[in-house]
Amino acid sequence: MRRRRAPLALIVPALLGLLFLILPLVGLLYRTPWTTLPSRLTEPGILTALRLSLLTATVATLGCLVLGVPLAWLLARVSFPGRRLVRALVTVPLVLPPVVGGVALLLVFGRRGLIGEWLDSTFGITLPFTTAGVIVAEAFVAMPFLIIAVEGALRGADARYEEAAATLGAGRWTTFTRVTLPLVAPGVAAGAVLCWARALGEFGATITFAGNFPGKTQTMPLAVYLALETDLQAAIVLSLLLLFVSVVILASLRDKWISSA
Amino acid sequence: MTDLLDARLVVDRGTFRLDVHLRIAAGEVLALLGPNGAGKTTAMRALAGLEPLTAGHVRLGERELDRPDARVWTPTERRPIGVVFQDYLLFPHLSALDNVAFGPRRHGVDKRKARAEAADWLARVGLAEFAKRKPRQLSGGQAQRVALARALATHPELLLLDEPLAALDARTRLDTRVELQRHLAEHPGATLLVTHDPLDALVLADRLVVIEHGAVVQEGDAAAVTARPRTDYVARLVGLNLYRGHAADGGVRVADGLTLAVTDRVSGEAFVAFRPSAVAIFSERPEGSPRNVWQATVAGVQRHGDNLRVGLQGPIEAAADITPPAAAELGLTAGQRVWAAVKATETNAYPA
Repeated sequence: MRRRRAPLALIVPALLGLLFLILPLVGLLYRTPWTTLPSRLTEPGILTALRLSLLTATVATLGCLVLGVPLAWLLARVSFPGRRLVRALVTVPLVLPPVVGGVALLLVFGRRGLIGEWLDSTFGITLPFTTAGVIVAEAFVAMPFLIIAVEGALRGADARYEEAAATLGAGRWTTFTRVTLPLVAPGVAAGAVLCWARALGEFGATITFAGNFPGKTQTMPLAVYLALETDLQAAIVLSLLLLFVSVVILASLRDKWISSA
Repeated sequence: MTDLLDARLVVDRGTFRLDVHLRIAAGEVLALLGPNGAGKTTAMRALAGLEPLTAGHVRLGERELDRPDARVWTPTERRPIGVVFQDYLLFPHLSALDNVAFGPRRHGVDKRKARAEAADWLARVGLAEFAKRKPRQLSGGQAQRVALARALATHPELLLLDEPLAALDARTRLDTRVELQRHLAEHPGATLLVTHDPLDALVLADRLVVIEHGAVVQEGDAAAVTARPRTDYVARLVGLNLYRGHAADGGVRVADGLTLAVTDRVSGEAFVAFRPSAVAIFSERPEGSPRNVWQATVAGVQRHGDNLRVGLQGPIEAAADITPPAAAELGLTAGQRVWAAVKATETNAYPA
């Protein structure tokens, strides 16, 4: 029997697409100043930005988990009027240009903002142009990724397991923590990874809402952008580092969580 | 004997209405039998509190669990009711042991004691060495036993079994049925077995309730139901030919031009039942003793155990079991005209 060949009309664009995705990464590796790399990596500014990026992305992801998983549960398990609308609203930050998101955050959490003014006068909390502001900006942009992944996992999970748990005496909260959450753990992990990766790369909302202060709000993507204007080599080194960190963490989590799903 | 469970279950869903009254004594096993879509599973879910009642009540022991018109409602997790689901629904992320310990844990038993109890239950169902296995590493029969142990571990006053053997292959079903019978006999509470398999019902249950289209059509012990079916569904289940007609003068008029002679004394509306093996088939009109004779057309022939089951059409539809040699002699083919005969002494007639 003759093996069916894949049609060229599909093969050619597929390979071109692959090339298009890989080529920039190759270019980055090609232009990397490998000889001066060790000394450049240990420059204090770089490590500060890296540490800030990892910290804010991780805290933002944790915040998204705490708020996003219950929201995903609500969307997947409870039918309430306007659920479709809520689901649509949740995905808005996904399609919103991040800069617009940053402006919107300023209007709400800024010193003269709807909630910001009250936060400032009551608790003395100021979010814009602080590290906390970076976290808020990243969480705002990244949370839809988590919610969509977790809601999908919840919809895919058999709700009758929850009924079985109820017949064994488990209330809704216990059922959620002991049955539902473990069942969708791979989906939650996948969503958290996506969310974290998105937060790590966040640029537009962060620079708009939190500014670009080294050591305080200057995350890796901001540092890359700034370096590009003054020192191309530094920009390349920073980019390479960001690429490396993302790939390593994604790969390790993938082995541990996602593939076991 | 006072009933442990007394439930009138009314569930109205527009196109479908369930209205059944179930009573089960402590230690008794009641089988709820019916065709697909009769409302068996709905009744079970209503008892467990997984489906809201439209009206009626659920009383278990001294406690009123559910009575919509008095706004009494007990959520599923607070009902002393254990459920074995048709596809078991063992939690895939927990070991067999932790699945069984799940119930006791939720009832406030501390972790170590719950696991000890669970190990005890697994030993009772003969799965002590499978405690650490995940559900996906268990066979169908083993999963069924874990599900039973998990439901029993909470010491439910009412145990619900939804088609407990339906997911098993024939061989496993045989062993598991015997096993299940033993555990049900030891269960001190009431048991409701939902099934569409008459054999499960006859072997496992003390009493049968047959429902069709959401309503009870017949109930009683196995002997009563099998001897005197009251609907076509029940007759088919127990393998009898069943007809309804008007009885007078030692005969029941079951169709235009056909009155079956019976030996039971009945009058008015009555049922007549007889076994397919009681029907004899002749190519010529038989002479002499059999009094109930009618002309029929062969609709089809199928293997049935060691014999052949012949479907007959005519004034009445009937099934006849004949031996392969007899069939060969008659040279039966579909569409063939034959004579069917049943002795009056082989019939069973009873009031409708």
